Amino acid sequence: MTDQELRVSKIENGTVIDHIAGGQALNVLAILGINGSRGETVSVGMNVPSDRLGRKDVVKVEDRELSQSELDVLSLIAPAATINIIRGYDVVEKNRVERPSSVTGVLECPNQHCITAEDEPIDTQFEVLDDGVRCVYCDTIIRESIATQIKV
Amino acid sequence: MRHDHITSAKQLSRSDIEAVLDRAGEIAGNPAAYADRHEGALLGLMFFEPSTRTKMSFSAAIKRLGGDIVDMGPVDSSSVQKGESLADTVRVVEGYADAVVLRHPKEGSAQMASEFVDIPLINGGDGAGQHPTQTLLDLYTIRENAGLDDLTIGIMGDLKYGRTVHSLAYALTTFDTRQHFISPESLKLPRNVRYDLHEQGSSIKEHTELEEILPSLDVLYVTRIQKERFPDESEYRKVAGEYQIDAETLEMAKDSLTVMHPLPRVDEIAHDIDDTEYATYFEQAHNGVPVRMALLDLLLGGGQ
Repeated sequence: MTDQELRVSKIENGTVIDHIAGGQALNVLAILGINGSRGETVSVGMNVPSDRLGRKDVVKVEDRELSQSELDVLSLIAPAATINIIRGYDVVEKNRVERPSSVTGVLECPNQHCITAEDEPIDTQFEVLDDGVRCVYCDTIIRESIATQIKV
Repeated sequence: MRHDHITSAKQLSRSDIEAVLDRAGEIAGNPAAYADRHEGALLGLMFFEPSTRTKMSFSAAIKRLGGDIVDMGPVDSSSVQKGESLADTVRVVEGYADAVVLRHPKEGSAQMASEFVDIPLINGGDGAGQHPTQTLLDLYTIRENAGLDDLTIGIMGDLKYGRTVHSLAYALTTFDTRQHFISPESLKLPRNVRYDLHEQGSSIKEHTELEEILPSLDVLYVTRIQKERFPDESEYRKVAGEYQIDAETLEMAKDSLTVMHPLPRVDEIAHDIDDTEYATYFEQAHNGVPVRMALLDLLLGGGQ
């Protein structure tokens, strides 16, 4: 762990999401549905100096390990992120996020006329493009505002 | 053709399209040979929006193949009124019919519904999304009148919300065609259609005026500009008026120009064109029957 990350103290168990693009930390928390209401301890570092990114955000969530679908959608807004799973103060797993070919059930389609906006027994599904995502039902492409379409 | 469902023109390859058009040509040439082809077959009609041409031509098509229809009827007298989901409704209709045609106001409805049934489901128009069977009859009409290769086509009107445009523009990329798109700024092709055309290697040539491109066109495909797309009536009248054609407009066109329209028209094609050699839109509408017969024949196993 670098000196910069020690601006916030080590956690015993949980997840450290590092190398988030500067300014995206709150969106990352939104993806994970974390708003502090469940009493979990969350530390956020924003615009921390970084050799790789210039400025980066870091999020530490105690007593929570991320699922694959959470990592998938995280990759869309924080493609450079590294995920450190911490148990007993040690990093037991260190992973890069990978862009999936599609994401299911995590984004809302912004098209109000899309069938996924209706009360039907389906999950939203988006194909991941080089520069955005595309609804497999209505074909709507989202590029700039993926973070605002995250279901919370 | 190997498809269980026809939900989008994007799933149709050139050979799929040609299989349908060839079969439609055979049917148009000898309809009697197909009269008992699918005796007893039932086509489910689920129209959640008004339709004249699509619904009637599908009904005529299955009946001319020896089959019949089972019609859900208007939405206000169906179980949809009681709050039933589309997924449930389509699963129920699956038990009554051998294939089903769905028209629905929501984009992606046909794709979703197709995930719930094993019988062939045909998209009869989903909101501003796709209308693949209209595309097949458009392509048939183009092939009969102008040929599908080395073709220059102008597509004019509401390119943003016009589902027939979205389906047709994509399908034309599988042929040797040059496409020109003529529309007001506010009704240009949407981002997803541009993306697809770009991915298909097609260059998008856009114009705000017909005059500059009209003399080079083999086909002019006109669509209706809808009043509800504009914030106020005066703006609509101003814009719509610039995209109306009459016999005088066409003086600059090739003598062999084919003028098409998916219909219904309001006043974007003046009646003085109807009796000219250019007018092909009624023939286009009539072609809906042999083309939909061909599609049903192939989907119901007539290809074997």
